[in-house]
Amino acid sequence: MQRNLNHPTIVTIEKVIDETPTVRTLVFSDDIMPNVLPGQFAMVWIPGVNELPMSVMISKETGKAAFTVRKHGPSSTGLFNVPVGGQIGIRGPYGNSFDLREGKLLLVGGGTGLVPMMRLLTFVKSTDDVTVLIGAKSKDEVFFEDLANDLLANNSHRVIVSTDDGSYGEKGFVTDLVEKLTNETHFDAVYVCGPEIMMYKTVQSAHSRNIFVQASLERMMKCGVGICGSCCVGEDLACRDGTVFDGEHLSANKEFGHLHRNKAGILENY
Amino acid sequence: MEPSIATFIGKIQLDKPVMLASGILGISLDVFKRLYASGAGAVVTKSLSTAPWDGYPNPTIFSVKGGGWINAVGLSNPGASNFAKMIEPNQDVPIVVSLVGSVPEDFETMVKQFENCKVKAYELNLSCPHVAKVGLEVGDDPGLVKAIVSSMKNATTVPVIAKVGLGTSNYLNTVSTAIDSGIDAITAINTVRAMAIDVETKRPILSNKYGGLSGTPIKPIALRCVYEISSQYDIPIIGCGGISTWEDAVEFFLAGASAVQLGSAIGDNWIGVFDDINRGILRYMERKGFATIKEMVGLAKKS
Repeated sequence: MQRNLNHPTIVTIEKVIDETPTVRTLVFSDDIMPNVLPGQFAMVWIPGVNELPMSVMISKETGKAAFTVRKHGPSSTGLFNVPVGGQIGIRGPYGNSFDLREGKLLLVGGGTGLVPMMRLLTFVKSTDDVTVLIGAKSKDEVFFEDLANDLLANNSHRVIVSTDDGSYGEKGFVTDLVEKLTNETHFDAVYVCGPEIMMYKTVQSAHSRNIFVQASLERMMKCGVGICGSCCVGEDLACRDGTVFDGEHLSANKEFGHLHRNKAGILENY
Repeated sequence: MEPSIATFIGKIQLDKPVMLASGILGISLDVFKRLYASGAGAVVTKSLSTAPWDGYPNPTIFSVKGGGWINAVGLSNPGASNFAKMIEPNQDVPIVVSLVGSVPEDFETMVKQFENCKVKAYELNLSCPHVAKVGLEVGDDPGLVKAIVSSMKNATTVPVIAKVGLGTSNYLNTVSTAIDSGIDAITAINTVRAMAIDVETKRPILSNKYGGLSGTPIKPIALRCVYEISSQYDIPIIGCGGISTWEDAVEFFLAGASAVQLGSAIGDNWIGVFDDINRGILRYMERKGFATIKEMVGLAKKS
């Protein structure tokens, strides 16, 4: 029978890569997930634990994809702890993807928000001039710096890391760097994924200068297909209308940057 | 004259006959406005309880391999009071408030919380198949159904609809008890209690193990129920279960429904489905010479 993309398909973890003490990349083989677009996600079932929306990470090996997870609550820790040989269920891919622009590009990622940025880097043209900003709290939490440089080996590029405590790279919030760079350079596009406040400030910096900007939003999700409504952001459904939204659209959304819904659907402040 | 797809469910008037079913997309007023603008005749809210409920852990919704969806969301909702505050500014969107509870007092409490809201109707969830002490457990208890419907009718002048489903007792008993207690309309049916097991990991996929089946696989069952109810009782009916095309909707009208609700079709076809179905119904009416929805209701019983 043909694969039902909305039904969990079981895959086996073939390799586990420790990115930092709290972040791991779990690699698996699959027919569909290696070829998803940047910004798309899968619903990932950890049997006996939970099911989580996860951006699909690239793998250097053909026919393979991965999930990069930070252990945080019980569900993400459950995924973090899946060993080599462990089985998880995946459905999707879901959601839209980043619009690929050409020219001077600025990619901003924080934590596992770097995952769609790495996939986006596999789509840039050799003529693009690409700046990647990686934001982290401290040196221990920096990952994907080498990967970004590898993926951009044939491009005019720079990869800049900023840490909040200054233990590595530039000192300060990555959003201050975004403000500085967008003030100096007219980028053709800015792409961001990370904590909501990072995305909010990045969208503000770019949109206020009439620079095309897109952000990939994260919300609590259950269905992934626009039925349950859990992930609504104002009138938008993050899973089906997004996860990628234009800065122009987001600037008119009263909830973006400020509010999200809990499991019961009650609005809470970020 | 162009036919009209406006319809009456008893006293409840809708400009369009396709409604959003309960449990679907229903936690933000902004989303309701969008659905109304997309052609929904009314939106039914998530079933609201006296206190906020988190629902079950994921997996809570996925598609069944042969088609249709299975869910055990667990009636997650922000609670009637929070929800009422959110919809208070609404003037334009016809909102049907779905309520879930265990005893008449739960329902009376919640109705008071909607005093300042424009409510088109209340829909009593007597049929959720996967949460203990509410839903089907209430619907299967004629004494409770009588007490809840009677207290709702005392508590409000807004029309009250009972949503029934297939539980352990004959659902027609629930229908007749609700009618005897003064109910204004019946929605039939809810999802059908079901499950799915993953053969690789050898375990139920839903965290709650049991859930409810929705979508095209249950359409013939829902249609049978609407036909049965309309054959035996004189009560306005809203058809619900697996409706995804205009033909499905017309089938339900012909079986005796005055309006329909859909949910799963949104997962498959997104929110353009409302407008698609409305247009299809209109073209069918033009082709067949019907001026109103009412002319079609129950016609299949006469053949």
